[in-house]
Amino acid sequence: MAITSIKNLKEFSTNNDRFEGAHLLCPGCAHSMIVRELMNCTDDNLVIASNTGCLEVSTAVYPYTSWDTSWIHIGFENAATAASCAESMYKARKNKGTLKDPDAPVKFVAFGGDGSTYDIGFQWLSGAMERGHDFTYICLDNENYANTGGQRSSATPVGANTSTAQAGSHSYGKKQKKKDMVAIMAAHGAPYVAQLAPNKWKSMAKGFQKALETEGPCFINTVSACTTEWKFDPKDTINVTDLATDTLMFPIYEIIDGHELNILYRPKNILKVEDYLGAQGRYRHLFKPENKHVIERIQKDIDEKWEFLQRREEARI
Amino acid sequence: MAKEFELNEVEVWDGNYAASQALRQAQIDVVAAYPITPSTPIVEGYGSYVANGYVDGEFVMVESEHGAMSGCVGASAAGGRVATATSSQGFALMTEVLYQASGMRLPIVLTVVNRALASPLNVRGDHSDMYLGRDSGWIQIDAFDAQEAYDLALCAFRIGEHLDVRLPVMMHQDGFTTSHKAQNVYPLKDSVAYKFVGEYVPVDDMLDFSRPVTHGAQTEEDWHFEHKAKQHKALMDSRTVIDEVFADFKKLTGREYKRVESYMMEDAEVALVLLGSSVETAVLAAKQLREEEGIKVGIVAPRCFRPFPYDLVREALDVPSLKAVCCMDKSAPGGAMGALFNEVSAAAYSTEARPMMTNYVYGLGGRDFAVDEAKRIMKEQKAHADAGHITTDIQQFSGLRGPKLGFFQTRRD
Repeated sequence: MAITSIKNLKEFSTNNDRFEGAHLLCPGCAHSMIVRELMNCTDDNLVIASNTGCLEVSTAVYPYTSWDTSWIHIGFENAATAASCAESMYKARKNKGTLKDPDAPVKFVAFGGDGSTYDIGFQWLSGAMERGHDFTYICLDNENYANTGGQRSSATPVGANTSTAQAGSHSYGKKQKKKDMVAIMAAHGAPYVAQLAPNKWKSMAKGFQKALETEGPCFINTVSACTTEWKFDPKDTINVTDLATDTLMFPIYEIIDGHELNILYRPKNILKVEDYLGAQGRYRHLFKPENKHVIERIQKDIDEKWEFLQRREEARI
Repeated sequence: MAKEFELNEVEVWDGNYAASQALRQAQIDVVAAYPITPSTPIVEGYGSYVANGYVDGEFVMVESEHGAMSGCVGASAAGGRVATATSSQGFALMTEVLYQASGMRLPIVLTVVNRALASPLNVRGDHSDMYLGRDSGWIQIDAFDAQEAYDLALCAFRIGEHLDVRLPVMMHQDGFTTSHKAQNVYPLKDSVAYKFVGEYVPVDDMLDFSRPVTHGAQTEEDWHFEHKAKQHKALMDSRTVIDEVFADFKKLTGREYKRVESYMMEDAEVALVLLGSSVETAVLAAKQLREEEGIKVGIVAPRCFRPFPYDLVREALDVPSLKAVCCMDKSAPGGAMGALFNEVSAAAYSTEARPMMTNYVYGLGGRDFAVDEAKRIMKEQKAHADAGHITTDIQQFSGLRGPKLGFFQTRRD
């Protein structure tokens, strides 16, 4: 596999650009940063499948396309199946000698938002992981159904205000904890699973490259700050993401072969979760006195998770 | 390299095994499948070819029928031959992706073993699943027995993959009455069958990296209509290709298929229109009734359910002597006349004779349809013909237990 140089951001950002800047994603949306980073971290040919969602509706509106690579969208739930069975077709045609350029290196990648990954496409993703295809699934996790106007998903964190788990006089927003998708994917025995963030672009590029290089089904959850539904200024996407990783709301780590856990980013100063929550309109109501307990719960959950990740890493089992 | 499968000139196969052998001979690149009664033996049969070296392609056992059709779409866009099999609830679960496959113009072959749709749960054969697919943009061809299930599965690849068509094709057979009934089947040798099906020609191949393609784009009110109209035109225009493929198949095997099969219609006074394995029953009943009572009964069987052959159905019904036609629907019509009644009535309206049209709903959930019942219905048509008006309700139920059920009468002043 041809690995692209990742010495510095300026050089990296000018690499082989197969994702056109002309797309319809919101200004400040982190999706395009993550997608470009994936596509720039390899020179191999790419076959990309996208679930229905923000990325798909913003990049392939006929008669235009933002994709200078093979790309397919079928439905909300089945990008993992499309990519994995395209990979099966590659194997079949390679075996039969019907590929136009049989020596061309190729990687199969599927993108989904958290709606299609955690919820509606969960079964299709699980099936593709179990079957062991050589592909990488990347979740663009913005913690809500942003494409349809900000409804709750099972990736929405406790306390967030969404249009279907609203904060109001009788509610502090979403009550249920976020589903631990990384653990679920690791439990499939996937050879490489990680949670990455675009502000830590070097570790993200390395993680992507590792996933692409690893034979078998790999899963990466990426935090994708959503200016529209998290409610922050579009210029602050990376600042908010910095707060997500420095408060450990979004810890950066990888799990190899379903068990070997490595923490990829340790904040020098771990910030309090209020700093992260306070930067976004979706958590504004938590700062009312009656909701103080929710912030305390979120901080407690973060501390416990961090402790768990560190002990898992130390245990080396 | 896949081994050749030694076949006798005559084999005793059921419809499922016949279909699975045709899939093997077509040298499919990817089969993505999920088993369901009564089509399971197609998938199992294919699995045995994979396990014993008769197949070079990939066999992907997915986690659901939705996944099966999704996998077929992904694989087909990657430029190779693709097929799968299903029935009933599996078909229903696939439905979302059926529309996507046809809209993306991917020539997937789906062998459907027709079965009732729940609820109540029922594993027996009726045409509920076939009818569910009728607006999905697929070509739908119906095999009436195991030989036809074999023959038409081979034809399905040729039709769908034709560069003027590029549409997915369903090849239907009836659950149990065809899928599990063994009969003499005359297969082609592997090399002859493959030569007939031909090499797959990729179009907009995702694995041709010299020309990146975007599959499954979005269109709103500006372009969606044009895409759907083009797709409809492709379906309508596929009629000539279907005829050509059937003609080629006849040259190769001597076995003749038409988009509409008709029997004894030349002098018919009454006719039954129906699909599937019941056609054989109806033809036998018609022959007996002609001998026994001199009632001139004819049978019309649209083999091609989509595109619906209005032209050929009209031709078949454009018989001056024809007075009464009964359309038999093997699917619960859900608050309407049966779909076959509606289509055939539309075709019959422009005939000179304009026969009286009635509708029977029959055979739901595998309820038997026997020669005696076919004769009774034929005699009822003769009574309409003699009276000069419809003497019963327009829609009735055949073989239903309990009180008689019927709807709508013609006005008789």
